[in-house]
Amino acid sequence: MKLMLRYLRPYGRNVSLVLLIKFLGTLAELFLPYILSHILDNVVPRESVPQIFLWGGIMILFALVAFGLNVWANQRASAVARDSTRDIRHDLFEKTLALSSRQVDRFTVPSLESRITSDTFHVSRFLGMMQRMGVRAPILLIGGLILTATMDLDLTLVMLAVLPFIFCAVFFIARKGIPLYSDVQAQVDDMTRVVREDSKGIRVIKALSRVQYEKDRFDGVNADLVRAEKKAGITMAASNPSMNLFLNLGLTAVIFVGALILGTGGSSEVGVIIAFTQYFTLIANALMSITRIFIMYTKAAASANRIDEVLACEEDMPLASAQTYPDRAYDENRYIEFDHVNFSYNKTKNNISDMSFSIPKGGTLGIIGATGSGKSTILQLLMRFYDVDSGAIRIGGRDVRTIPMGELRTKFGAALQNDILFSGTVKQNLTFGRDVSEEGLRSSVETAQAAEFVDRLAEGMDYELTAKGSNLSGGQRQRLLIARALAGDPEILILDDSSSALDYKTDANLRQALDESAGTSTRIVVAQRVSSVMSSDQILVLEEGQTVALGTHEQLMETCDIYREISHSQMGGAILE
Amino acid sequence: MSRPMGGPRGMEGPSRKLDRKTGIKVLKRILSYLFRYKWLALLALCMMLVSNLLALAGPRISGYAIDAMSGEPSGELIFAPLYDLCLSWFSNPMIGQVLYYCILMAGAYLISAGMSFGLASLMIVISQKVISAMRRDVFHHLTTLPVSYFDRHQTGDIISRISYDIDTINTSLSNDLLQVCASVVTLVGSLAMMASISPMLLLVFAVTVPMSLWFTRRKTKKIQPFFRARSGKLGELNGYAEEMLSGQRTVHAYHREADTLKNFDEKNESAVQAYYMADYHAAVIGPSVMFINNLSISLVTMMGGLFYMLTVSLGGAVWAPIAITPGGVASFVQYSRKFAGPINEFANILNEIQSAMAAAERVFALLDEPSEVADRENAQELTRVDGQVSLEDVNFSYVPEKPILKHFSLNAPPGTVTAIVGPTGAGKTTVINLLMRFYDPQSGVISVDGKNSLDVTRESLRKAYTMVLQETWLFCGTVHDNIAYGREGATREDVIAAAKAARIHSFIERLPQGYDTVLSDDGINLSKGQKQLITIARAMLSDSPMLILDEATSNVDSRTEQQIQQAMLSLMKGRTCFVIAHRLSTVQNADNILVVKDGTVIEQGNHEQLLASGGFYSKLYNSQFE
Repeated sequence: MKLMLRYLRPYGRNVSLVLLIKFLGTLAELFLPYILSHILDNVVPRESVPQIFLWGGIMILFALVAFGLNVWANQRASAVARDSTRDIRHDLFEKTLALSSRQVDRFTVPSLESRITSDTFHVSRFLGMMQRMGVRAPILLIGGLILTATMDLDLTLVMLAVLPFIFCAVFFIARKGIPLYSDVQAQVDDMTRVVREDSKGIRVIKALSRVQYEKDRFDGVNADLVRAEKKAGITMAASNPSMNLFLNLGLTAVIFVGALILGTGGSSEVGVIIAFTQYFTLIANALMSITRIFIMYTKAAASANRIDEVLACEEDMPLASAQTYPDRAYDENRYIEFDHVNFSYNKTKNNISDMSFSIPKGGTLGIIGATGSGKSTILQLLMRFYDVDSGAIRIGGRDVRTIPMGELRTKFGAALQNDILFSGTVKQNLTFGRDVSEEGLRSSVETAQAAEFVDRLAEGMDYELTAKGSNLSGGQRQRLLIARALAGDPEILILDDSSSALDYKTDANLRQALDESAGTSTRIVVAQRVSSVMSSDQILVLEEGQTVALGTHEQLMETCDIYREISHSQMGGAILE
Repeated sequence: MSRPMGGPRGMEGPSRKLDRKTGIKVLKRILSYLFRYKWLALLALCMMLVSNLLALAGPRISGYAIDAMSGEPSGELIFAPLYDLCLSWFSNPMIGQVLYYCILMAGAYLISAGMSFGLASLMIVISQKVISAMRRDVFHHLTTLPVSYFDRHQTGDIISRISYDIDTINTSLSNDLLQVCASVVTLVGSLAMMASISPMLLLVFAVTVPMSLWFTRRKTKKIQPFFRARSGKLGELNGYAEEMLSGQRTVHAYHREADTLKNFDEKNESAVQAYYMADYHAAVIGPSVMFINNLSISLVTMMGGLFYMLTVSLGGAVWAPIAITPGGVASFVQYSRKFAGPINEFANILNEIQSAMAAAERVFALLDEPSEVADRENAQELTRVDGQVSLEDVNFSYVPEKPILKHFSLNAPPGTVTAIVGPTGAGKTTVINLLMRFYDPQSGVISVDGKNSLDVTRESLRKAYTMVLQETWLFCGTVHDNIAYGREGATREDVIAAAKAARIHSFIERLPQGYDTVLSDDGINLSKGQKQLITIARAMLSDSPMLILDEATSNVDSRTEQQIQQAMLSLMKGRTCFVIAHRLSTVQNADNILVVKDGTVIEQGNHEQLLASGGFYSKLYNSQFE
């Protein structure tokens, strides 16, 4: 709620105006039954036709006024909802973009996505709804009660006595019913999971002849879902009939009490009772609206909290001063330097332990090692997606934690693992909003061995990629990622296992082209193939986050068993899969 | 509230209109599901009638009560004993009369409420029966579909049919259907009631009903494009946000935050603007409906007052259709509120039914997808296979204009290893699809042990193969379940032995719950390599005579791969193997290497022969040393 108020505040004037208009409109509406009872009780007995038309005209006039004011207020309310929704979404997306990788890991990407898409949607819908019904319902309720009280106090009390029943009925049913829907949601998730798994694994299922087993599995989740839906549905189904019942019983009570008063010499009039039946409907509807707003509020408040969680995140990788992490005199031979670095993702077991190495400016480093040995982690740390737990990483003598993020990241051109292309043209993907000359673009495409297929596309560089570049083959995607990394003419080029989908011939051509053109860039190549790193100035062999050996291909072939083993397995060793 | 949170995407989804003929067909099919529960449906119909008629009786009785108050009792008597009883309680007969009517009213409302709750529950039971049968049919049908269906359709599409579309049908069945019937009853009932009270007052509706119909029709027509634009723009915005978030690391790596935010802002602006426009135009609807309602009531009051005046002043001489009592006016006002409701609802319900029909059409379209061609009539079970596999002059294409395999032949004697290499798109994986009969060739013969594979049952043919594919498939379940999936009735010992052979046992032991650790999307993070090792362990459990390895170790780094070589060799021992691999090192030892390019075998022979011939293979092989 705080969040919503915060975002409504800038539009406070508009909101108050909406509320005022709404207030007036609702009042006009409230007077209708009053006039009705006046006509029946006072005007008709006077037997004056013009009078009836006069009061009838007034009634229609009030209806018109109510109409106009309500439309006006609703439209203004939409404008307020529009503006505050825009602000919330903007802030949320901006903040989300600024989250550190560790924070993203904690929230998870799907959860962040749903906060931006569905949570803002719920909040925005509530903002509109609240302005439209939030005033109307209480005014109808209170105003209706006041007006009826002036007409007949006793009958009003009868009516008042029924309202708590209606409220309680709706409230308790909703409170019992709504949680049941999260049950339903969970069962729906289970059901769709089975469908998703089976559509993906249909080959395996058919190959292993487990179709019957899968059918039974589905029937199981299907039955669970049906059970949950039935329970939730039937619980909620009680709300309308019970509300109507209380409402109608209340009406009946009003009529009977009216008769009692009349019979005992009281002053109840028939027109008043008719007006009462009208007010009763209005008030009951208002009550229903209030419960509906309440239910929507619980949903919107949950969404608002989820949004606020993101917005309240503190920046966890601030720019540090050189006092905290002192510079070291710049040395061409130690352009990039890892200085006793320790790091753990989950802060229990180290993923990188006591790692030290340095790369001279313009030099090349190859990193090789088993799955999970920490190859990519080194790159993540260097690019400051995560901060080291201890030790330091320096570029050009400066600790990466003291370099402003923009300056740091623009030093790099990186083709990372699980890197993606976006929907848009090939050219848009390669320039990626940066200033890249035509020639630079061309040469990076050629170096990346992508020219061969880009030129074959009818639209060439204007070929439209679908999201994640799914209309290209794996090898084509990798080559574009490399081209994108090259296009900025970066100081440091990073290739993280980015030629795994290329066949040997293309891979060889790529390596050759890189050697020829990458020129002044300092290059770090992570690979599983020895052939991809063997020409590097140094090769780092990793195992379980630790350096096993560091040296040139020739040195390692002599001294490092693990390296030799890997090399043999790939270079014509006599072992078959 | 009946629909669980569908999320913004599901809302106001594009409601495609069906043409009349398909519409009727789809409706018939939905009804055929409903017809299975015809007795329950009939019961529901009866309950609906009783409940609505009783609810309609309420205002009429209250009119009698009001007339009784004004001293002119007008209604006829039912339950005369009750009437006498009520009268006997009070000295004032008027109060007794009113009490009598009030008791009748309360009774009618009570039964009506009970009925409508029973009815709603019954409808939920029926619709759940229907849609659970539908879901079951859809899923069971899915399992009979050829693999090509899954290649052509996105998983998300299949899921949206089985969940969102069926859910839409569900809502429509449990709410709309009933509401339409109830509306008709209310409409006709209140019309009849009003006509019986005062036919002349009905003339008021001759003005307001057409007005209301004309207005809502015109408005909805005008508004629809705005709503379409609104969900379209919102979809675009969501799509953009999703894409950028999944690529967040890339955005960070290139420091493109500012650009991305600017694009987002543009999309956000047009989304909120579209939202506003739709709301702006829709803002008129609620108040106008209310206005027309109030107008009817004002007119009814005016005319009613006038008629009452005439009735009183002229007494018996008044023209009968005009005569009215105060209670009559009161009932009439209540009915006119009831009457207006369904008319305004009608347009909404019609829209919903239309989108339900569109959803049903999508579901039925899936159900109408042809299943895998049935096995031939005299198809035999493939038992005790030696493992002799051959393809003779096979031609195959996924789409007619793009041939994938051309005059493709291969011969694999029992226990031999056949490797297939070649550039991406050459047709390597297609060969596997044909061996497993996921697809059938357009011409040519594939045989196992000399038997045409078309003449054996699919199930027994597939059982004769074990597959390890590049794309690892694990389901949400324990590690044990995932491995044991390879053979029905596998014990824990079997599973452990297989895991040991696949060199994954010690890793599994170190998981929080060992073999009972549940693998799920958001749970334990397995690397691609570890996932692959689990599927290899699964394959270890199978004892089929033929083995297919399609890029099986491409996700495992070379060192780990080496460590499982031993296991792989024992897995391959004595089986006829087909190996597809990127890394030439993994195929060198094959008995026969087929080099495939553009759908044909351009070279074959063992490693040494191919190197010696100096062809495509030797070029590929040597390129890794450049």
